[in-house]
Amino acid sequence: MNVASKPALDQATLDDRRLAKVSARDVDVFYGAKQALKSVSIDIRPNEVTALIGPSGCGKSTFLRCLNRMNDLIESCRVAGSIWLDGEDIYTSGLDPVQLRARVGMVFQKPNPFPKTIYDNVAYGPRIHGLARSRAELDEIVMTSLEKAGLIDEVKDRLQEQGTGLSGGQQQRLCIARAIAVSPEVILMDEPCSALDPIATAKVEELIDELRQRFTIVIVTHSMQQAARVSQRTGFFHLGELVECGETEQIFTNPRHKLTQGYITGRFG
Amino acid sequence: MGDHTMRAYDAELERLAQAITRMGGLAESQLDQAIGALVRRDSDLAARVVASDHQIDELEHEVQNLTVRLLALRQPMAIDLRAIVAALRISSDLERIGDYAANVAKRALVLNRIPMVEPVGAIPRMGRVVAEIIREVLDAYVENDADKALAAWRRDEEVDEMHTSLFRELITYMMEDPRNITACTHLMFIAKNIERIGDHATNVAETIHFQVRGTPIVGERPKADAIAPPPEAEEEIP
Repeated sequence: MNVASKPALDQATLDDRRLAKVSARDVDVFYGAKQALKSVSIDIRPNEVTALIGPSGCGKSTFLRCLNRMNDLIESCRVAGSIWLDGEDIYTSGLDPVQLRARVGMVFQKPNPFPKTIYDNVAYGPRIHGLARSRAELDEIVMTSLEKAGLIDEVKDRLQEQGTGLSGGQQQRLCIARAIAVSPEVILMDEPCSALDPIATAKVEELIDELRQRFTIVIVTHSMQQAARVSQRTGFFHLGELVECGETEQIFTNPRHKLTQGYITGRFG
Repeated sequence: MGDHTMRAYDAELERLAQAITRMGGLAESQLDQAIGALVRRDSDLAARVVASDHQIDELEHEVQNLTVRLLALRQPMAIDLRAIVAALRISSDLERIGDYAANVAKRALVLNRIPMVEPVGAIPRMGRVVAEIIREVLDAYVENDADKALAAWRRDEEVDEMHTSLFRELITYMMEDPRNITACTHLMFIAKNIERIGDHATNVAETIHFQVRGTPIVGERPKADAIAPPPEAEEEIP
């Protein structure tokens, strides 16, 4: 056996963190007195899909939510350490979290379209951020976003129907269209396929693979097969710590830490 | 290797490892017996070796079926994935070893009908070394020991050297007396078969190393096979 019990993190960070799209250093997160993340340092590289895996409660979703300051919305939550987006500290006091979330979009576990039409779901972000100067421009944004999300053929004749009337898989792709309509740079996905059937999952995964040409994607998933299928790099969390991070192929064929090996092979006690 | 949350998965992996071990044991004994049949001119034994080859083939099918089943149903990862892929590769090497042993036995059947030639004595020496390598490789498999596999892998050089010297000896015999040509040609093929068995055993050693460490053996295997002409000599032929 060549697996070790010391953290295998030499590939987690770059020598120059400014080369990363998103760079985290020594990130601690507390919910009240409880520490949910312990000194996590990782660099998310541009135009890659980074998968975060680990057992429930390991801190992977907590970490994801740090990246667009979603944890600000939880009163008892305190974040320490530093997180940079393109070399800028996103926790600096002058930064508007709403602007940040336009740059770092999010797709959630359960599809959550607004109770509005398909068109208005996608147009919502561009409207509040003032991204379109005319109706024609807004139409253009909506149509390209639906196209990039692989949904256009299925909805082009029913843009005025309710988004909630779509199937689960279509709703999730609508949420992805809504996220990309504001031209984000990073897309965070928290278990985006856990409520979808295998066919809808395959469509979303194919979409993720296409989207990485334009965006940087961080995905939290419980499905190891999904992490293996869609990501280029994988980070394994355990009890609030990043235990191992490396190329996805290496993690799933020859992990270096025995906790990673135990988790991905189904030997977790 | 055990300790999966799903215990049935452990049982399936164990079954796979057992099938490989059984195959290895059979391949080793087929080689032993084929050489015994040659040295003792025992045609009954040789016929039994030829007739037993199907047992190894059947085990190979069992390994293939188990492997496909495990890949489809368990979606193995990391060490499990490597063990399953390794089993598939090892089983095909062991099956070839079985075929070569049967070939040796078939030639023994022919040789037993003609007068014996002297170089026969070198064959069992070479066979013994190859059988030892097979045993060491199988031990390495059972014990999950990459270092042991590596040590066995290095021993193939001895076999290549023996093959080369046997080859020269046989040529000399044939030149001395053309009546030896038939027997010596059969022996030459037998020596080649045994040498090939050694090569397959080293393949198994390489696979075990990959299974345990997740990395291939680094560096070229020492080669002592001087029978093949050097590449530049081939180019010179008009």
